[in-house]
Amino acid sequence: MRRGRQAARAAGLIGAVALLGVVLLLSIAVGAKAMPLGDVWSGLLHRDAAEYAVVHRMRLPRTLLGLIAGAALGVAGAVMQALTRNPLADPGLLGINAGASAAVATAAAFLGVTAIGGYVWFALLGAAVVTALVYAVGGGRGATPARLALAGAALNATLYSYVSAVMLLDTASLERLRFWTVGSLASADSATVTRVLPFILVGLLVALGAARPLNALALGDDAARALGARPALIRAAVIVAVTLLCGAATAACGPIVFVGLLVPHLVRALTGPDLRWLLPYCAVLAPVLLLGADVLGRVLGRPGELQVGMVTAVLGGPLFLWLVTRGRVAHP
Amino acid sequence: MTVIRTPGGLSLRFRPRALVVGAGAALLAAGLGLVAVGSGDYPMSAADVLRTLTGGGNPAEQFIVGELRLPRLVTALLVGAALALAGTVFQSLVRNPLGSPDVLGFTQGASTGALVVVVLGGGSLALAGAALAGGLGTGLLIYALAWRRGVHGYRLILVGIGVAAILTGVNGYLLTRAPLMDAARAVLWLTGSLDGRGWANAGPLLAVSAVLAPLLLIGCAPALRMMELGDDTASALGVPVRRLRLMLLAAAVLLVSFAAAAAGPVSFVALVAPHVAKRLTRAPGPNLVPSMTVGAALLVGADLLAQRAFTGHQLPVGVVTGVIGGGYLVWLLAMERRAGRL
Repeated sequence: MRRGRQAARAAGLIGAVALLGVVLLLSIAVGAKAMPLGDVWSGLLHRDAAEYAVVHRMRLPRTLLGLIAGAALGVAGAVMQALTRNPLADPGLLGINAGASAAVATAAAFLGVTAIGGYVWFALLGAAVVTALVYAVGGGRGATPARLALAGAALNATLYSYVSAVMLLDTASLERLRFWTVGSLASADSATVTRVLPFILVGLLVALGAARPLNALALGDDAARALGARPALIRAAVIVAVTLLCGAATAACGPIVFVGLLVPHLVRALTGPDLRWLLPYCAVLAPVLLLGADVLGRVLGRPGELQVGMVTAVLGGPLFLWLVTRGRVAHP
Repeated sequence: MTVIRTPGGLSLRFRPRALVVGAGAALLAAGLGLVAVGSGDYPMSAADVLRTLTGGGNPAEQFIVGELRLPRLVTALLVGAALALAGTVFQSLVRNPLGSPDVLGFTQGASTGALVVVVLGGGSLALAGAALAGGLGTGLLIYALAWRRGVHGYRLILVGIGVAAILTGVNGYLLTRAPLMDAARAVLWLTGSLDGRGWANAGPLLAVSAVLAPLLLIGCAPALRMMELGDDTASALGVPVRRLRLMLLAAAVLLVSFAAAAAGPVSFVALVAPHVAKRLTRAPGPNLVPSMTVGAALLVGADLLAQRAFTGHQLPVGVVTGVIGGGYLVWLLAMERRAGRL
């Protein structure tokens, strides 16, 4: 029985990876100039093919950014939900991405930082501050999902009003930031990808490493200690991981909401609550959602495109509403 | 609590402290307004302003006060009072100090309406109308989604947060669709600004407030206080809970939407003013009248600060209320946390 379930989960993970492969190819193939799959292959592999420039300069960095940002947001959402024991924990809803945005807006408008290399440090700083704040507010004994979500929404409102005030004072920042604040993969280039990749990799490794002790922590601090876990250390590690993942993803593609909420909920239906399976599934399926939303935005928005942040908001919002109106969320 | 009884059997109960706070805030608003009308590129003394207001003064002063500065002041007073009243009603209905229209999606809905007009092109009248329609439409949507044998506090909050998050994404998208100059105008509107507001802006809000404020203050305030005891107790005391809640929500959404149509969605007045009023009056229950006067004083003061704080550089009033509100919010979260309520 037990072995059968493990095998099913492993097979499911392989299926998810295959799905991810299809979406990756689609993301390279669909765009202003649609390519048949044969051209995608030759554009990827042959330096002298006609599609080489389009694929390597634009489509490939965009796809890779979607891959790592999606994985980052999905895993961050899953570990936040585990850590705060809160089904509504999402880096976007709780204001962590907005904190990174506010820091980036400050850097862009007042300190003259314009490149991704500078953005990323400020985004990490902003994400760290809000993560700590959210945890301080939401980690308490009396914290209920609804109250934490409300505190996060209030933080979001504050930070967004700050960002729009910054854009208002400086038209140059408005021009740059208004595309970035929706959440978009369109500006991706290989420099962006290589800049944020190390942060996201470290964040993913820390989160995956924390999966087993987080499982123990779900039983309560005392039981976790009895099982050999160290609650304070685990919490600190998870906060660091969430900061790295959300800060880097936001610096690269702007604040994206609902990916971190949607994916863990869908995946939990497949794997159950065990984080050792949940996190890898999230890391694979969250990019499927993000890149799928990006491709959808490119198809629906022709001849331009819809930003991926808007597509995820419109797709993920109804799920959130379903979760809260079905009464799946504990009331205070 | 003080009670006055007349020989005819009528009685009036009031709290002296609430009365003092309400009147004090109203006086403060009037004083700040006097300073606001008197200051600017053409400075006037308080005596000059009063003389011009009562019909004296030369034609230039008549024009400056009557057509330029007074409409702005009246708009500020009305928007502040309307937002504070709506915020008090929301916070009381959802029984949470954070339940303000900024958090619950109504503000974002009004912004969506306005941004659609900015993208499609349209004048300031169309913008105000669309903001109104957006706010009311969002109110209806949230109510419909949260309805299940009546609308209860936390479901309303959570549905509001979800709708707000969706609309934030839509708003960001709309902002990227506008040409840069229009986008700058849109951001100015989204922040909330009183620049160039005339009687045409103040008029509709004045009319709506003149109907809704007495309705809420006289008609609903006692029942609202009983509803804070809980739905069951309120029902037992004869309050038609479901119908009253719908009516209160509708009134609050109307006030917020008309205020947004007049000055844009000025952030956090609806959140902060009721708290300040409650701290000053130390009275339980919704302090509707003190909240209104505190809200009016808050917005007039913020506007004065926004105009005069940086010489040569006028800020929109929403920046000032945003900074005040953000700081207050962090403090509030910390206090709630310490008190174990969050």
